[in-house]
Amino acid sequence: MGIIKAVNLIFDYIRHDDEENKDEINHALRGVSLDIAEGSFVAVLGHNGSGKSTLAKLMNGILLPTEGTIYISNMSTSDEEHLWNVRKTAGMVFQNPDNQIIGNVVEEDVGFGPENMGVPTKEIWERVDESLEAVGMTAYRLQSPNKLSGGQKQRVAIAGVMAMKPRCIVLDEPTAMLDPNGRREVIRTVRELNRQEGITVLLITHYMEEVIDADRVVVMDGGHVVMDGTPKEVFSHVKELKQYSLDVPQVTELADELRAEGLALPEGILTIDELADSLAGILNGEKAWQSK
Amino acid sequence: MAIEVKHLDHRYGEGTIFEQYALKNVTLTIADGEFIGLIGHTGSGKSTLTQHLNGLLKATSGDILYNGESIYAEGYSMKELRGRVGLVFQYPEHQLFETDVFTDVCFGPKNLGLSEEEIKRRAAEALALVGLDESFYKQSPFELSGGQKRRAAIAGVLAMKPEVLILDEPTAGLDPRGRDDILGLVARLHEEQGMTVILVSHSMEDVARYVSRLVVMNRGEKVFDGTPREVFRHYKQLEKMGLAAPQITYVVHALRERGIAIDEDIMTVEEARDAILALWRKNA
Repeated sequence: MGIIKAVNLIFDYIRHDDEENKDEINHALRGVSLDIAEGSFVAVLGHNGSGKSTLAKLMNGILLPTEGTIYISNMSTSDEEHLWNVRKTAGMVFQNPDNQIIGNVVEEDVGFGPENMGVPTKEIWERVDESLEAVGMTAYRLQSPNKLSGGQKQRVAIAGVMAMKPRCIVLDEPTAMLDPNGRREVIRTVRELNRQEGITVLLITHYMEEVIDADRVVVMDGGHVVMDGTPKEVFSHVKELKQYSLDVPQVTELADELRAEGLALPEGILTIDELADSLAGILNGEKAWQSK
Repeated sequence: MAIEVKHLDHRYGEGTIFEQYALKNVTLTIADGEFIGLIGHTGSGKSTLTQHLNGLLKATSGDILYNGESIYAEGYSMKELRGRVGLVFQYPEHQLFETDVFTDVCFGPKNLGLSEEEIKRRAAEALALVGLDESFYKQSPFELSGGQKRRAAIAGVLAMKPEVLILDEPTAGLDPRGRDDILGLVARLHEEQGMTVILVSHSMEDVARYVSRLVVMNRGEKVFDGTPREVFRHYKQLEKMGLAAPQITYVVHALRERGIAIDEDIMTVEEARDAILALWRKNA
């Protein structure tokens, strides 16, 4: 069993009217089962309303399942005595960098989590050092978070989660409000944490360029998991992805359209070089053959 | 001839050691009915520039002419200017505040001092333009989806009937469907209403698809101004400014490096597909 295991998760948002009667029920998750291996980098894709953020909030007990169970390192989030440990194991990073920074100074902000956990002072500082180093923000430790760019703020937020030494980080659209540079910074940081520190990463996003390096891509639609596989496998199904209102990288789209016209290109092309190499093989190769 | 920006400077902390240029000698003419993309790295001055165009910020030096008249001339009505040059801020939905969608959209025209009847007519028109029908009128703006909220906020600006519409990253934070909805709406406003549109964007793929002219800002200065094709030819310089060309441009360059004679100005998936197919068929 992986570090995260969801079994038939169902979650309903229920709205009550003035008399406390159920007024409106929104089925956000309709039976999601997932098993995520420790140390993997998993991306979750889906358009707004597909249930992906609800799934993220279930992973550290911000929301509790209506039906079904979610286990974080064998602990059920519905079990109140485990809740504290669940949140220690799975840290969360949210979309808006301004909403998750509370300290006046970067290092204080990063120390907030471990301090709440009752970590001894000396160790808090050690953890702050390590976490800032891991996200490449050591140079800013004495600065005011107000003066940082969006991407830097997100990295501080990630350091704050790291300082709690989680085994798993769940990031809910961490780059949606950032510019292209900020986006690259954050994704690079997350990837390094995964590769070097072995932290399990669950990245929720709708930017396709961010998922091509993931070990696994899970696509959600209407509260269900509808696709699940390696980026190559998932991006081989361009039509299906579009049906779920998702984008594919432009190279993948171009390759798919050319294949439809009869060019013998392999499926699931994800990078510029892959496409250029395959096309050069076809176009130059045929030319060589023709000249004989 | 709609907007002429002449040698515009904007300096912060003038006369102190902290003096810094937010805009430096920017000269730009925007003709009626143009669809312009304004791109630049964060801090490049693009938002500062847009805020000058409707008089929210005043230049340190230089001038802006709107239809031939200087907006800095004595007695020039800034209020009128703001009705004609509509500015949609980033995350405009943060500015929704009324109890229902219709009243919120009425706020702008109400401030223009129009009659009740005219206000309602304009609000209904604006909501129709953004594709929110009557079923939304009485809904709380806070219960709409992200994309719907943004369209409601844009309707609030459209209800002022601006001649120029400036949108500061209107698709930030939206999913692909929400993004296509908003950009489709903007393109329609440009085509059907003949509105002059200035689109501030981080997405090169989006500007490549929609705009006919691209202005690039870097460190407060205008560095490129031309058709997207012309501008993307400088993709190496764009990268140094923290920008990039659309992915397809890179595919085309990668193909040329591999000895394939494909037009280097191609920047959309459709163009690339057609050009590659033409080459392939010629070979076959």
